[in-house]
Amino acid sequence: MATASAVADGRPARWRRSASSGSLTAGSSLGLGVAMIWFSLLVLIPLSAIVVKAAGGGWSTFEHVLASEQTRSALQLTVLSSLAVTAVNMVMGTMIAWMLVRDRFRGMGLLDLLIDIPFAMPTIVVGLVLLSLYGPDSPIGVQIQNTRWAVLLAMAFVTLPFIVRTVQPVLEELDTDAEDAAASLGAGRFTTFRRVILPALVPAIFAGAALSFARGISEYGSLLLISGNLPGRTEVVSVRLFSFLEGGNLAAAAAVATLMLVVALLAIVTLDVVQRRVARRV
Amino acid sequence: MSSPSTTVATSSPVVKWVLRLVVVAYLFLLLVWPTWFLVKNTFANGMTGIQEALADPDVVHALQLTAQIAVASVAINTVFGVGISLLLVRQRFIGRRVLSVLIDLPLSVSPVVVGLALVLVYNGQFGWFGPWLEAHGLQVVFAMPGMILATCFVILPLVVREVVPVLEELGEDQEQAARSLGANAWQTFWRITLPGIRWAVVYGVVLSLARALGEFGAVKVVAGNVGGETQVATVLVQQKYQGFEQDTAYSVSFMLVLAAVLCLVVVALLRPKEGKK
Repeated sequence: MATASAVADGRPARWRRSASSGSLTAGSSLGLGVAMIWFSLLVLIPLSAIVVKAAGGGWSTFEHVLASEQTRSALQLTVLSSLAVTAVNMVMGTMIAWMLVRDRFRGMGLLDLLIDIPFAMPTIVVGLVLLSLYGPDSPIGVQIQNTRWAVLLAMAFVTLPFIVRTVQPVLEELDTDAEDAAASLGAGRFTTFRRVILPALVPAIFAGAALSFARGISEYGSLLLISGNLPGRTEVVSVRLFSFLEGGNLAAAAAVATLMLVVALLAIVTLDVVQRRVARRV
Repeated sequence: MSSPSTTVATSSPVVKWVLRLVVVAYLFLLLVWPTWFLVKNTFANGMTGIQEALADPDVVHALQLTAQIAVASVAINTVFGVGISLLLVRQRFIGRRVLSVLIDLPLSVSPVVVGLALVLVYNGQFGWFGPWLEAHGLQVVFAMPGMILATCFVILPLVVREVVPVLEELGEDQEQAARSLGANAWQTFWRITLPGIRWAVVYGVVLSLARALGEFGAVKVVAGNVGGETQVATVLVQQKYQGFEQDTAYSVSFMLVLAAVLCLVVVALLRPKEGKK
């Protein structure tokens, strides 16, 4: 173990033990301590503050919030839209990943770059971008602003990269020998895909789906301009949360935020379980 | 990996072309065409839109503020990200697995929830720590520190997610060799570990920079959003668009998208080099 004095100048004295062999050295302990303080101040304490605030009023806060027709319908719209978009992504994302890995054509690098754009584009700009083609001045006559289609479109835009980027590396690693073997044994194209390729991809697809769903229910910026935020029709839960916050109703805001955290957590756990089941069965 | 597969599943030209058609059509309608219209709207009157936007002091201030916040939070997050990645991969401690799950949490939290969480803790009147901090001269919410905190929260996992897999791949043989030859931890980090993870760190930094420049919801909640003072570029876009100054909104959006795409191009140009090594 390094001595305390060696830590004082930020350099632990040389140690010969393998770092992974057991307990932490003093230098690493200091680093871990600093990192944990920062992580707690930034993430853990603020998120607990939400739960504490929401629990402060007991169940009645939740009951009160859920009694509101407007909030219920916002929750419902958000969860159902995210589910629908995630389902679309599971199909489209896998197809895009497949094409990026197995197909070769001119402009492939550009296509690969395009996939990351929704991740990097500011969400408020996403709304603006979609409105310029599908908005009131639509040059192609498709106007979906202030409808539920707008919610789906914006969510599909921002969640596009998740499944592509989780499936792509798995597909790259996948050995084509098993496919060749299946084919040589007389398996058809579809059978090979269903029995050989798909099972290998399922864990990645579900991991991406969890991220995509969680992003969908938490989306705010891209929906603000395009969905119109009509109460009971196109208002999503983040927008509802923001209006509680603006109105100074922090207890209600915290209750809605807690519900969102719980739904995201449930989704991640459920998809993890489903993924294990599916992976084991096939 | 790069050799075209010879398998039956991909060899059918019909399947291949249908797949290409569906994917390209989907991406075109969802991504490319709408983005093209943003560019078209921005340059509808040549360069005058951008010039007029840049003549507005509020726009210039918002862009500067966004840049400052992005640089500060990316710098903080890079140090934290590399440090925590080293700890997660190279050390064994209680709660390590829990920590590695928690690091990804910000990806699943709504930006508005992030803002609310920070307000509950750091608000000057009713926050947990806010009044104490303000008594000691540090205003967090409705000021720069709050905006930096919000951005740090959102980009938190990005560096870690890039660096951890590379560290795992590298293994620690070289580090152990360096140490057995008498290098101290600091020397080992600078001469052995950092060169190995350098590209992963660069990707992480560039991605988090793109994300930091575009953060909207979380920053909007914790910032005062006073034009020319605490209004960042993304919030300005919303205000200008809703205030019927759409040309300015398009111009600022275009600049933000350009910055984000440049970040992605940098990553794309760096990545193949890494593969060839």
